[in-house]
Amino acid sequence: MSEHVTATYRVNSEGRTIAHPAHHTLLEVLREACGLTGTKHGCELGECGTCTVLIDGEPQLSCLVLAREVEGAAIDTVEGLEGRDLHPLQKTFADLGAAQCGYCTPGILMAAKALIERKPTPTRADVCEALSGNLCRCTGYIKIIEAVEWAAALCRGESGARPADASLYGVCKEKPHG
Amino acid sequence: MMRLPTFTYVGAKTLEDAVTALADDPEGTRLVAGGTDLWPNLKRRHQGARSVVGLRRVAGLRGITGDPAAGVTIGAMTTLTDILRCPMLRDGYPGFVRAVASISSPVLRNMGTLGGNLCLDTRCTYYNQNEEWRQSIGYCMKEVGDTCWVAPGSPRCWAVQASDSAPALCSLDAHVVLHSTAGERVIPIADLYNDDGIVYLTKSRTEILTEIRLGPAGARRSTYWKLRRRGSIDFPVLGVGVALELDGGTVSSAKIHLGAVHSFPVAATAAAAHLLGKSLTEDVIAEAAELAKDPASPLDNTDFTLQWRRRMVGSYVDGALRELAGLPPKATPSVHGEGALALEV
Repeated sequence: MSEHVTATYRVNSEGRTIAHPAHHTLLEVLREACGLTGTKHGCELGECGTCTVLIDGEPQLSCLVLAREVEGAAIDTVEGLEGRDLHPLQKTFADLGAAQCGYCTPGILMAAKALIERKPTPTRADVCEALSGNLCRCTGYIKIIEAVEWAAALCRGESGARPADASLYGVCKEKPHG
Repeated sequence: MMRLPTFTYVGAKTLEDAVTALADDPEGTRLVAGGTDLWPNLKRRHQGARSVVGLRRVAGLRGITGDPAAGVTIGAMTTLTDILRCPMLRDGYPGFVRAVASISSPVLRNMGTLGGNLCLDTRCTYYNQNEEWRQSIGYCMKEVGDTCWVAPGSPRCWAVQASDSAPALCSLDAHVVLHSTAGERVIPIADLYNDDGIVYLTKSRTEILTEIRLGPAGARRSTYWKLRRRGSIDFPVLGVGVALELDGGTVSSAKIHLGAVHSFPVAATAAAAHLLGKSLTEDVIAEAAELAKDPASPLDNTDFTLQWRRRMVGSYVDGALRELAGLPPKATPSVHGEGALALEV
């Protein structure tokens, strides 16, 4: 049997003291010891981004973090996103249908949350760059990008910034070359 | 679930702890900084470790001090994102910061460190595969096999140098500080690399890279161009680090280093020498770009065909030099980290 460690983690502002195999990653501890299966395991090699969580506010890949190295750090997962109401990102992703299979969504939500908190008015290029480590193999990215932009507007206290229908579903009604 | 193998973990708190733990079992111990290279390598069983020394909590290894006028020191545990968010590095060493901006993706830059990027394992099409794939070809000489599948007659391993920051820092004549129980030594960064895909660092197994030192920025102009298939995540298929100084319109110093076309960041010395004492005209730049192809040895060890990659060495050196000369780009310029530079302001 492998060596176990007992460590205290701050997950979604809640202290959890957990005994787990010493060589387990944060992803394994979150999913298997904490039962927080919202964080997904994808490639497990740092290439897909679906296991993204926030560690001290910065998006990081939980599949490549040795859990015991982040003992004491603030860890935020998708389960902690919702307060009394849905987070604006959850609302806009749901309203715009910015998910198909949804497997990449938790990671994208966390990366987008960090972006909006750091840059309340991100440009489209900022959104694309901030999400460039999160792969989605279903939707294409247009609805995801629009959902993040809309959520940023809601977080700024603006209303009615729902993206125009013209660009929903990735269909551009204007001819690209006049 | 692809799990890490078991190992003994030593969470070092001081540099002394770390070098002592490393000296206890240098062959069986690996260092971990950000973990973005080591953990995938352990998960895929490319590498093994009896013990791992974590540097995350070692005091004094993270941070940026000094200024471009006098020179800047960067702790090896400084994250790549920390570097992008440092205005004085952007002002003084734009080529280096552009190289950092083009490394992987934002999430990985939040984790990865400069020291880790400089010590990044070499990569190869025949090596960076899963265990079953590698077993089916009898492994390669970088592992337990005896053949280099890139060049089966070769007595050496041709895995390719994959760090973006390395060629940029070589072109800027940076130095690195190495610590061991025997003390510290400072070497030019180009001397950190070895012409071999397996033993790719000259650093001994008992040494820890602790600092990167950049000299005064002066009037040096620098840039970095990166070729890769996607605009994010990918390792370089070609990296071009260029730094040069102009004196009254003519080039007084020039350094060009090429990444991902050899097992180490290779200096394009003839191309750089060709620029000296000349004005950066279109012709002079084109001649230097042609000369830069000579030292590049692209082989069948990474993405894209090797003939095309060789041609791209000329195009990218040409493009990088034109940028530094203030000449318009010949074709639509590619993206070399601009997105990350805008995001991390």
